[in-house]
Amino acid sequence: MVAYLIRRLIQAVVLLFFVSIITFVLIHSAPGGPSLLSNPELSRQDIEQMREQMGLNDPLPVQYGRWLGNVLQGNLGRSYNTVEPVRSLIASRLPNTLLLTGLALGLSIAVAIPLGVLSATRRNSALDRIVAGISFFGVSIPVFWLGIVLIIVFSIQMKWLPAGGMATLGQDFSLVDRIKHLVLPTFVLATANLAELTRYTRSGMISVLSEDYIRTARSKGLTNRAVIFRHALRNALIPVVTVIGVLLPRAVGGAAITETVFSWPGMGRLAVEAAATRDYPVVLGTTLTVAIVVVLSSLLTDLVYSYLDPRIRVG
Amino acid sequence: MAQARTLKAEEFVAQRAPRSWRQIAWQRFVRNRVAVLSALFLIVMYLVALFAPVIAPYDPNEVDILYTHARPSREHLLGTDESGRDVLSRLIVGSRASMSVGLIAMVISVLIGSLVGSASGYLGRAVDSILMRITDGMMAIPYFFLVLIVVAVFGSSFRNIVVVIGVTSWMVVARIVRSEVLRYRGLDFVQAARALGASNTRILFRHIVPHTVPSIIVAATLGVANAILLESALSYLGLGIQPPQASWGNMLSNSQAYLWENPLLPIYPGLLILLTVLSYNFLGDALRDALDPQYREGNL
Repeated sequence: MVAYLIRRLIQAVVLLFFVSIITFVLIHSAPGGPSLLSNPELSRQDIEQMREQMGLNDPLPVQYGRWLGNVLQGNLGRSYNTVEPVRSLIASRLPNTLLLTGLALGLSIAVAIPLGVLSATRRNSALDRIVAGISFFGVSIPVFWLGIVLIIVFSIQMKWLPAGGMATLGQDFSLVDRIKHLVLPTFVLATANLAELTRYTRSGMISVLSEDYIRTARSKGLTNRAVIFRHALRNALIPVVTVIGVLLPRAVGGAAITETVFSWPGMGRLAVEAAATRDYPVVLGTTLTVAIVVVLSSLLTDLVYSYLDPRIRVG
Repeated sequence: MAQARTLKAEEFVAQRAPRSWRQIAWQRFVRNRVAVLSALFLIVMYLVALFAPVIAPYDPNEVDILYTHARPSREHLLGTDESGRDVLSRLIVGSRASMSVGLIAMVISVLIGSLVGSASGYLGRAVDSILMRITDGMMAIPYFFLVLIVVAVFGSSFRNIVVVIGVTSWMVVARIVRSEVLRYRGLDFVQAARALGASNTRILFRHIVPHTVPSIIVAATLGVANAILLESALSYLGLGIQPPQASWGNMLSNSQAYLWENPLLPIYPGLLILLTVLSYNFLGDALRDALDPQYREGNL
């Protein structure tokens, strides 16, 4: 177990290294450099001087080495646009994103597993077909469009919920207000994952229910409920856990879009803005942070996986 | 008497005539009404995209600032947008970008995926473990961020968007092809081909790869759906097809600023994206049922 963990950690570090190099090379090959330098009011000399100061004239490997050295000491540099330290920018945005994605993922798991179990145990019933139909819509609907439609219905027409942001301007923090702002983005972000999770739970459950030990449990005279929840579900959830690991990188992308629709001040929006203005340190910092979060969570899913299924507990 | 008997025997033979795999697949596909409807919808959409300039009632970029946010009327069936441009014409012309991005990106990703998958599955050993590590790595990267960076850096031309989406979405195909190749590699007919002295390339491309085609078709269909969604998301973030050229994604993005004046504006392009992607997903699902002999109806 310990050896496995160490191997996975090494793999994770290699992966992060890989991500940082790709991002670094990509962003530095931008023709024209950071948008900051394309200000028409700057003279050619100013630009040259700024490039020199920012160290953009050094060879790429030197620049990467310097960046990596700083990162290892916990220094992510400063934003080109706002001069704020990237670390504090991220520190102020990351919790918002984690709150949103965490809630959305929790919601989709809480709904998807019962739905999947229900449609697996009542295969080809009306309920099963409705659930299948909903999940088709769930994977096909553009996230941002769903967001816009919900804003039109619940914010503009009915005026029940705010159209965006994290809090009502000029008001002190209150939990009710925060929750109101969370409802729509959480729902939107949960929808896409919900569909996929339901389908995997259903198919996992179906294949488990045809196993011999389920027949044994039934013939022992156990109630249907005991068979499904105590014997089948645990095994049916194993593939679902893997899917959660696969969904995570995508959920993060979805978060970037959802945050833009609802002007939610999170990492995704920070990254989108930084990419659009080619704010190198912010782009690198956000990508690295997101990659770390994703890698850590997939490590966690793998651990849960090996806990759920003793057969996989390999050294 | 004798005649009647032979006739019966003929009928009997005709009824039991072995159906080819293609016929079986086709019959299974046609039975699925939702899938047939989806296929028809997609064909119509591609025809619309192909003949867009002819069909569009107005010039999609013709501005009329005195006639903005018009409600649907006989002249403008779906009304006009914030610059007085005809919404229906923009939707028709915008279909070109969305419909073609999906197809071309899918071709790129299927090509890369099949190459990686078949090399990995057939050659095995070191090649396999290196290629699969890379595949796993690509899957673990929050790739939407990568796409975002590439498009922001190299500009959001149609070509760049298509290439980026293709290059970042081949992993699923690679995995499917690899597992199929592994399944067929050890079978008797492959051993027979080898015994007859067929070269590795010949065995791989003449004997094994053809068997993976059904799974690739299914993955490709679902891949188009994802590519269309991704393109529309990029356009929505302002990093896709650039205005004034219309695409469904950038029409949606523009409309968000006018939700209060014209709440209908974002409905149309979104609905078209939804219907197109939904059709591709239904189609992919039906093809999986129809093409895979091991797939029985009702198992997801």
